[in-house]
Amino acid sequence: MASRKTSPNRDSRDKYSILLPTYNERENLPLIVWLLVKYFGESGYNYEIIVIDDGSPDGTLEVAEQLQKIYGEDKILLRPRATKLGLGTAYIHGIKHATGNFIIIMDADLSHHPKFIPEFIEKQKEGDYDLVSGTRYQGNGGVYGWDLRRKLISRGANFLTQVLLRPGASDLTGSFRLYKRAVLESLVERCVSKGYVFQMEMIIRARQLSYTIGEVPISFVDRVYGESKLGGNEIVSFVKGLITLFATT
Amino acid sequence: MLLSSSLFSGFSPEIPAPAFIMTKLLEWLFGVSVVGAAWALVSFDLLDLSLPQTYREVAWPMPLYLLVSFGCYSLATVGYRVATFNDCDEASNELQEQIKEAKEDLRKKGLKM
Ligand SMILES: Nc1nc2c(ncn2[C@@H]2O[C@H](COP(=O)(O)OP(=O)(O)OP(=O)(O)O)[C@@H](O)[C@H]2O)c(=O)[nH]1
Ligand SMILES: [Mg+2]
Repeated sequence: MASRKTSPNRDSRDKYSILLPTYNERENLPLIVWLLVKYFGESGYNYEIIVIDDGSPDGTLEVAEQLQKIYGEDKILLRPRATKLGLGTAYIHGIKHATGNFIIIMDADLSHHPKFIPEFIEKQKEGDYDLVSGTRYQGNGGVYGWDLRRKLISRGANFLTQVLLRPGASDLTGSFRLYKRAVLESLVERCVSKGYVFQMEMIIRARQLSYTIGEVPISFVDRVYGESKLGGNEIVSFVKGLITLFATT
Repeated sequence: MLLSSSLFSGFSPEIPAPAFIMTKLLEWLFGVSVVGAAWALVSFDLLDLSLPQTYREVAWPMPLYLLVSFGCYSLATVGYRVATFNDCDEASNELQEQIKEAKEDLRKKGLKM
């Protein structure tokens, strides 16, 4: 779809579906939705928010239902699942129900700020990119709340990945991205990794399929509310994932 | 930007997968064997080219030199990048402000937290 630079965003036929996977995000969900509504309202792009809750015991779904009443059923779509089936399948589930021709994937824990979305969209239009990835590692991008050790691990892991895989994108493990719908569908179909490595595989496969990648610097703010679910043994799963991708892609 | 060259090709083929994909592992093995073969040829003069002795003396410890300089380059790069990793203090402050604003507004709209 060509960009319509002359007409205001409101008249554009492009529609952006935001996938918000949630697990115990009762406190964060209203805030992220509020911010999304704010920035999409200001920029005027057509959008919908798809909340994929995996039966959170903290009542995230009830909060989501309240939000749906406030903002309308055309803006907030609830596509819950009964049990915690994981992040990768949550995206697949969300894509099936998305009606936009572009899909934005982000965390619901406020680490990814919706203010960057208009920049993602402009970037996408600028080069007709197949996907636009947020990056913490370039330009004004960065992090908040990380100590030296965590920065070192992050930079070291990123350097190693760049050397071994030459992926053509600077932030592989980040999950704040905008995709053309068909591109995301074809990538998700091919990706076999679970959890943490899924994001890496998505971008590696994208390069392999010669999809074009744009990048936008983002600031990543550590979650304020709630608990991390992926934490555990991140380094081990990263190394395993790296080796797997090295040998298979 | 790191990736300018291939970024502006401006089109995306529908089914662009090549018939055979060389994995990164194979690429590396291939690269290492080529360099290794060249190194062996010169250091041990395998083709009997009667290369001058100095060539062989330079080539012999070359792999070690390469390894050490790559190690230094890596350490320097990672060190520099850690030191210049942005701390987004304003981003965090802005978010805190917006969280307050959002909570107030949502309460008015009738959300029960
Ligand atoms: N639907 C669904 N969402 C999930 C699942 N696991 C995690 N999420 C959500 O996916 C997003 C990312 O998960 P996080 O726990 O923030 O993972 P992380 O960003 O690596 O870790 P922290 O930010 O340190 O907590 C959040 O919005 C979670 O609520 C799951 O199994 N199902
Ligand atoms: Mg997070």
